[in-house]
Amino acid sequence: MTCVPAATDRKLGLVIDLDTCVGCQACVTSCKEWNTGGQMAPLTDIHPYGGDVDGVWFNRVHTYEHSTAAGTRTVNFPRSCLHCAEPACVTVCPTGASYKRKSDGIVLVDEDKCIGCKLCSWACPYGAREFDVAVGVMKKCTLCVDRIYNDNLPEEDRVPACVAACPTSARHFGDLGDPASAVSALVAERGGVALMPELDYQPTNRYLPPRARTDRAPKMNASPLEDASPHGGFLGWVDRMLSR
Amino acid sequence: MMPSAFRGANSAPSQRPLDDTRAPSEGDGVETSPKIGDSVARTTCYMCACRCGIEVHLRDGQVRYINGNKDHPVNRGVICGKGSAGIMQHYSPARLRKPLLRTGERGSGEFREIEWDEALAIASERLAHLRSTDPKKLAFFTGRDQSQSLTGWWAKQFGTPNFAAHGGFCSVNMAAGGLYTIGGSFWEFGEPDWENTKYFMLFGVAEDHDSNPIKIGLGKLKARGAKIVSINPCRTGYNAIADDWIGIRPGTDGLFVMAIIHELLRAGRVDLDYLLRYTNAGWLVAEAPGTADDGLFLRGADGEALVWDRHRAAAVAWNASGAAAALSGSYTVDGTPCVPVFQRIAERYLDPNYGPDAVSERCGVPAAEIRRIAAELAHVAFEQEIELPIAWTDWTGRRHATMKGRPVAMHAMRGISAHSNGFHTCRAIHLLQVLLGSIDVPGGFRFKPPYPKSAPPGPKPSGKDGGKPMTPLDGMPLGFVAAPEDLLVDDAGRPLRIDKAYSWEAPLAAHGLMHTVIRNAWAGDPYPIDTLFLYMANMAWNSSMNTVETIRMLTDRGEDGSYRIPFIIYCDAYNSETVSYADLVLPDTTYLERHDCISLLDRPISDADGPGDAIRHPVVKPDRDVRPFQSVLIDLGARLGLPGFVDDDGAPKYRDYADYIVNHERMPGVGPLAGWRGEDGQSSGRGAPNPNQLDRYIANGGFWHHEFAAEERYYKMANRAYLDTAVRLGFLPKAEPIIFQLYSEPLQKFRLAADGHGPAVPPPADRERIRTFCDPLPIWFEPLEQAAVDAEAYPLHAITQRPMHMYHSWGSQNAWLRQITSQNRLFVNAGTAAGMGLVDDDWVWIESANGRVKGQIKLMDGVNANTVWTWNATGKRKGAWGLKDDAAESNRAFLLNHAIGDLLPRGVNGKRYSNSDPVTGQAAWFDLRVRLRKCARGEEGFAEPAFPKLRRPPGLPASPDELSFGAQFNPTRTDAR
Repeated sequence: MTCVPAATDRKLGLVIDLDTCVGCQACVTSCKEWNTGGQMAPLTDIHPYGGDVDGVWFNRVHTYEHSTAAGTRTVNFPRSCLHCAEPACVTVCPTGASYKRKSDGIVLVDEDKCIGCKLCSWACPYGAREFDVAVGVMKKCTLCVDRIYNDNLPEEDRVPACVAACPTSARHFGDLGDPASAVSALVAERGGVALMPELDYQPTNRYLPPRARTDRAPKMNASPLEDASPHGGFLGWVDRMLSR
Repeated sequence: MMPSAFRGANSAPSQRPLDDTRAPSEGDGVETSPKIGDSVARTTCYMCACRCGIEVHLRDGQVRYINGNKDHPVNRGVICGKGSAGIMQHYSPARLRKPLLRTGERGSGEFREIEWDEALAIASERLAHLRSTDPKKLAFFTGRDQSQSLTGWWAKQFGTPNFAAHGGFCSVNMAAGGLYTIGGSFWEFGEPDWENTKYFMLFGVAEDHDSNPIKIGLGKLKARGAKIVSINPCRTGYNAIADDWIGIRPGTDGLFVMAIIHELLRAGRVDLDYLLRYTNAGWLVAEAPGTADDGLFLRGADGEALVWDRHRAAAVAWNASGAAAALSGSYTVDGTPCVPVFQRIAERYLDPNYGPDAVSERCGVPAAEIRRIAAELAHVAFEQEIELPIAWTDWTGRRHATMKGRPVAMHAMRGISAHSNGFHTCRAIHLLQVLLGSIDVPGGFRFKPPYPKSAPPGPKPSGKDGGKPMTPLDGMPLGFVAAPEDLLVDDAGRPLRIDKAYSWEAPLAAHGLMHTVIRNAWAGDPYPIDTLFLYMANMAWNSSMNTVETIRMLTDRGEDGSYRIPFIIYCDAYNSETVSYADLVLPDTTYLERHDCISLLDRPISDADGPGDAIRHPVVKPDRDVRPFQSVLIDLGARLGLPGFVDDDGAPKYRDYADYIVNHERMPGVGPLAGWRGEDGQSSGRGAPNPNQLDRYIANGGFWHHEFAAEERYYKMANRAYLDTAVRLGFLPKAEPIIFQLYSEPLQKFRLAADGHGPAVPPPADRERIRTFCDPLPIWFEPLEQAAVDAEAYPLHAITQRPMHMYHSWGSQNAWLRQITSQNRLFVNAGTAAGMGLVDDDWVWIESANGRVKGQIKLMDGVNANTVWTWNATGKRKGAWGLKDDAAESNRAFLLNHAIGDLLPRGVNGKRYSNSDPVTGQAAWFDLRVRLRKCARGEEGFAEPAFPKLRRPPGLPASPDELSFGAQFNPTRTDAR
């Protein structure tokens, strides 16, 4: 059992726009690329060229069809650690390896303390934990803690790799604990939601829902097309138009 | 303006760093400021054809990280799923390591490693003999490379007409359809006005071209609340986020577009002023059936087309001062009855056969939907007109106070292109855009320089003499025919090229027909060749139709026991399936180890706001005995003594590709790169070679981009400021307007030839085909293979797409990408499957008139009920690409190509034409019809056909069982595991 801070100074997290995500996997591989040489390096791939390939990924995109009253739709759904305020993965950890940072709310794993018992992966309802078989420890999204404060990066690059990469601009980053932050404003404007809030793990990340088809389509108010000239025919209309 | 501190596409306030990025004192020992690399090299990605700018972070000589270059005009800092996986591509165990010479049977994969000197001596001796005897016996075809201005020039200097790149099996319909109509095209030579459009229509699979700009654009449309309408049988990828998804039946997009045109004409919702100013809508067409002039434009003594001046009641030149052209009516000029082009357009598309009710069932789209979309287009184009406060002057000298725009934009790519009716469908889409007045206006579809060019552009294909010993061709092998006499055929009308491009079978084959080369070479039709020289094209696998038969043809022997295709040279960086079928293998470098230039002479990185080009440069040293293909080609050119590749004394003119890029001049002052020309590096476009040019590019991030002044950015086809600049930069020979060719006179000339008129007429067997398909206005016809097979026996359309994380990614077996997709399923409409008694995960035989393939199905709702589809090129052959024997790619994945015929069924004239567009020769991948049959018990679980395992070439390592790439960079550990 590991304690979580009663409150954190900041609540850093991601906001992901499901209305804009095309499922291109850019966030997935940019995450893999950064993190396999980053704070939890490596993100091992077992049998990378074989039939039972199994790699560690902090971020995965699933595509599925979703039924609504208006019919089905295709949804691309990026999934990574939500950096919960009450993370079950932390409270279940027997060694203190999984912990939540008080300063910024990021949930991390201290590899030196991890005994690879996997209790955290059983506890996390979001499937956000990734066990590295080769190293024998649990790994997970670090919210690019080695980028967002990194003095060796130009200031403008101090954002998570997935946010920098996303070609459709569907990913956002900031302090969701600050109601004045740009991400908080975005969540408010777009009705961002937490995943499975009923479980009360209080995830930090928010998802902006695909807008209902009727709402999201810009209002066209296009009148049905009428015959240009019921009497003179179309070419008669052309003549009149050119004679203006 | 965005503060300069925040550059790039993802710089919204919600995407920026924290206000205070100092690390908090958490006390948990986490290293928050690890060193990333020793250096950063800025170059150009090559994980697909998109050509994004990348920053490669290097540490201890290894690639640590690749991210997008925020200053780069193509990707503005973002990077796609492929780009970030470039590390795995670069370090792939499938990389070739040394030249290989075949020692066993062709296809056995038995090779021995040889030195480069021996490899180049073998190649140059063989090629020297061909050049001195019969140069057309060299067929030189390249795949997805980006150096066609070099490779085409090399073929020209060698003297073989048998050269092309992969466009014939890729998207020549998009290129030709656009270039013959508006003098530009989707993707390469144009793009939607992402900043201003309010209504965007996306036709068919477009995840191929281009990757990041379209994604960035879609993000912008979403942020602005513009409407996105997708017309696609599959609701995947970009289509998933569209406001409207029209799940159309494959191959019917042309009908759908023509029904919209019908509606717009019926309602008088077309931009007549735009048509008069920028198109040939008013040009007079002769109505003289049976004569050699029928359907041609009436022309004055100076050759200029005539219009009917409504004020003067007389025919005048279209560009006569003050001409007020009629768009309708019938006239007689010098005894010739004639009508304006627009009259023809109106007569054709107002016909009830093109009405929504008439096409609805064939398209699988309710008539009401077609009417609604037509009404929406009209509404946005004419009720929501936009106006930018930018004054400009048109080519006649008329000053316009503002730039008006109709904010409707369209994009189409593979989904339209890969049908045999794709050329005409592409023309129809451009016709629709032109009728709405939305090409190169604010909010519309915009040209990328050096386009627009005349429609069609200038140079004609060379090789009419079939290639003469020791003699360069008189021009580049590829070009644009404008009339039947430009074709490359002999006196009997037989093709002069091995791929039959520019013959009566594929008259406007602007990119050649690479997909026909192996069959034609095997059959000796129109003649046998000696050497097939291929680069970066997997012709023994996923780049060929009818793969089983193609493999057989590659290994088939003639009566004398020798191979029917005598010698095959193949250049590739990876152990693809095709390597085993080569006699001589020349190993290429990866994209991080080489020079390249993405040139305005070829396929540049321009955007609508200005021209641009780019380079690659070596950022890591090869650890193998490999050489960049282009340098090898230049070396071969020198060894052969090709003009232009040697000095007067016979010494090599260029040290390598880098030297060529800097010093080659195609015309005086015009070379591969447009930036920093002149000895002082101060010139753009034209200027003397600058010895420091590559350094200037590298210092600028690997690219050059010139921003047009505001007044040059729209109406490029008629904008005096733009046209003057285009001449200055060498894009256009003269500052003359580009007139959109809604009615294509070159096509009509082919029709006349089919009726026996003109200096070149088709052989009798080809006449009906030419007459039918060379219509000067867009037509729709049932896709050719579909029309030729029994639709009841094969009730389903079968199409493919590549996953976005693999599209155009050469060797997507890479360790990371294959974890995302390693087994393709056949996606079947859930309702359709239920009617056939199929359930999720069933294994089925996918049977066509050409063959059958076995694979596993996945049900979905978001696919047209008459259509099945799959991810293409996921299936690999056992032994290739460094994959293990149990890899899903060679056990459970399947390649649909085995079921796609490379020939059409025999026609009434007794001929079997290639499975291609009859106008351009574009491979008709998507015309396939299939039926599904559930596998018998015991047949499940493995894909078929299965092929013998390919042998791993000598020198290649076994692929690892575990990969811990990056452990060496871990900031907290020194005991890298």
